[in-house]
Amino acid sequence: MYKVLVGMGSCGLSAGAREVFSALQQLIPPGSKDAELAITGCIGMCYREPLVEVRGDKTRVIYGDVTPERVKEIFERHVKGGTPVPGYVVYQSTPEGEAGLELDFLKNQTRIVLRNCGTIDPESLEDYERSGGYAALRKVLSEMTPASVIEEVKKSGLRGRGGAGFPTGLKWSFCAAQPGEVKYIVCNADEGDPGAFMDRSVLESDPHSVLEGMVICARAIGAHKGFIYCRAEYPLAIKRLNIGIEAARKKGYLGRNILGSGFSFDIVIKQGAGAFVCGEETALFASIEGERGMPRIRPPFPAEKGLWQKPTNNNNVETYANVPWIIVNGWAEFAKYGTEKSKGTKVFALAGRIKRGGLAEVPMGITINDLIFKIGGGIKNDRAFKAIQIGGPSGGCIPAELGDTTVDFESIPKTGAIMGSGGLVVLDDKSCMVDMARFFLHFTQDESCGKCTFCRIGTLRMLETLDRITIGEGKAQDLEDLSALAARIKEASLCGLGQTAPNPVLSTIRYYPNEFEAHIKDHKCPAKVCGALVSYVIDPKKCVGCTLCAKNCPVNAITGQPKATHVVNHDICVKCGRCITSCQFDAVYKD
Amino acid sequence: MENKDLDFSFRLWRYDGTPGELIPLLQSAQDHFGYIPRQAIQYISGVTRIPESSIYGVITFYSQFRLQPMGKHMVRVCVGTACHVAGAKAISNSVQDELGVEVSGTTEDGIFTFFTVACIGCCSLAPVMMIDEQTYGKLTPASVRKILREIRRKELKAAQEGTAVKGR
Repeated sequence: MYKVLVGMGSCGLSAGAREVFSALQQLIPPGSKDAELAITGCIGMCYREPLVEVRGDKTRVIYGDVTPERVKEIFERHVKGGTPVPGYVVYQSTPEGEAGLELDFLKNQTRIVLRNCGTIDPESLEDYERSGGYAALRKVLSEMTPASVIEEVKKSGLRGRGGAGFPTGLKWSFCAAQPGEVKYIVCNADEGDPGAFMDRSVLESDPHSVLEGMVICARAIGAHKGFIYCRAEYPLAIKRLNIGIEAARKKGYLGRNILGSGFSFDIVIKQGAGAFVCGEETALFASIEGERGMPRIRPPFPAEKGLWQKPTNNNNVETYANVPWIIVNGWAEFAKYGTEKSKGTKVFALAGRIKRGGLAEVPMGITINDLIFKIGGGIKNDRAFKAIQIGGPSGGCIPAELGDTTVDFESIPKTGAIMGSGGLVVLDDKSCMVDMARFFLHFTQDESCGKCTFCRIGTLRMLETLDRITIGEGKAQDLEDLSALAARIKEASLCGLGQTAPNPVLSTIRYYPNEFEAHIKDHKCPAKVCGALVSYVIDPKKCVGCTLCAKNCPVNAITGQPKATHVVNHDICVKCGRCITSCQFDAVYKD
Repeated sequence: MENKDLDFSFRLWRYDGTPGELIPLLQSAQDHFGYIPRQAIQYISGVTRIPESSIYGVITFYSQFRLQPMGKHMVRVCVGTACHVAGAKAISNSVQDELGVEVSGTTEDGIFTFFTVACIGCCSLAPVMMIDEQTYGKLTPASVRKILREIRRKELKAAQEGTAVKGR
């Protein structure tokens, strides 16, 4: 009998997975003799959602771009008839081998963190157990001492996946060494970088791997209470975590006297309330404590005085999800992947102008080009690859010329960017680097908590300067001023937000000085993105004379008779772009 | 209310001085009223003994909290990196034009409140917007108008018939 699985992560749902699931429910009611229907998480192929898998004893066939109409065909021909429907099989594995339209995407990955994502039902503890779940916890409680757990994690070379890359085992040992009965474990699930969604996907697709990692960590350092600080924008992740925690408590993996070992530990979920700075650990603690989420001075470090001034260990979602795998497979197996100093794998959220936008887990040390072209399938519409933006608002751009750079904690910072949490946005020749710099600075400026003067006001002054440049009012002195101000902001800010806020600006000035010059001296935006530096033109071949643009123009710069080509008067035009957004025929373009 | 534990009055009643309860209390107040009314702040202050001024400080720090009532449907246009690259500006301009309100404004008829949000994690469907819990991907200015007009049409029709469309 087949098992039919529908990918019900957030991206699947927004692409229409719920409708697909309802259609399947009609065909496969509970207790059906044809097949068993279940949900699963996200396998990472966001660009092909909704995904439906038909799993047999020895075969797996995943269909992409499934619609409620296609469901009927899959059901009749595959589930009932026994032969896969060609055409939209994105991946299949049979005893004869692997195949499918998107085989390259999965084949070139190494899935440790994402080991269960898209294969198990995230709302079923039993499914997690069947795929080897909680074996690591059993091993830790029955065969290992807390010290040997820390030793194992240390030897594996696992480093924090939240961005900074601090050695995880070492961090644990600091907290374990602290005296006192009360210690806390915190899981940072406040994934705020725009363009990063790895943690959300892990929480939605495999919540137990994170919970198990947290229990193991708690055992290692001697904590009895843990918090997961999750973004409020992730309701599905919170729901599945709650289901997972409840089930784990019932089975004795959480709560008092875990598995009869005498060790007790429980987890509480704290919902964020919308503040990017709360991803910084001391701000996160302040937020859990019910305060304004503003960072504190370190030292004392959290291992010494963290949440409520007690020793606290804080790691990111992906870091915890690695832990059970390391315990079961051993440190040496984990350390086989990666480079000398960056072991294991990293999950990246591929987005932007890339063909295969989604989640991919790769061994550390892969080159940027391999990640973009072998796994990501290259640039959308086969345009020119210009740069990647990595590390979100704290990171920077890496130009295509440096595409041979390896992705690890040593090489990426040398380019002026950072590893960051894993958001990777691909830019093509239609992207303006000045506009990108302005975009990220606008974000950090908006999210600055206001505690440090340089971060609060310095970023605002930088933003004003960039604003001027993007409207053609830049001055020759501007680039020098931006760099000088950036250096001071980095120096005089307390937390990571301020210390890294200028990075996107600095790295774009470093690699694309010509684009800045073009904006400042020639008042031109080479990529034709910055609205004020382009002119709006109506294509006479496409214009049907519907008069909509003229009606929407706030300054009456567009003239033309109904059913005749319209014209923009550039002397009056204020370049607001309303004509482009109102045109139903794509007749308005920027020149 | 789906879950009794989240109910505002229940949470307030259960409050036993556990530190760190202020934000969950405010979240449940907002769930209950749709925003945080002045009176709720007074109640919370009375129970927790946290000064109203401090509570106000916490509310204004976090972008999730609102001190004004909301429209019936919340339109959130994503302006994250991937959406920005895919033309989120044109999408938010279209919403702004269609609804005739600025960011965080509510339409006169009380049907829509318009927000921008930094990434909802559906980057492969960019540009994206969310209306209530529903996500709409691969938007164009034209499709945005169509979606908003459709909702407004349903609301107006329901109002004429005297039956309210249930907010999702």
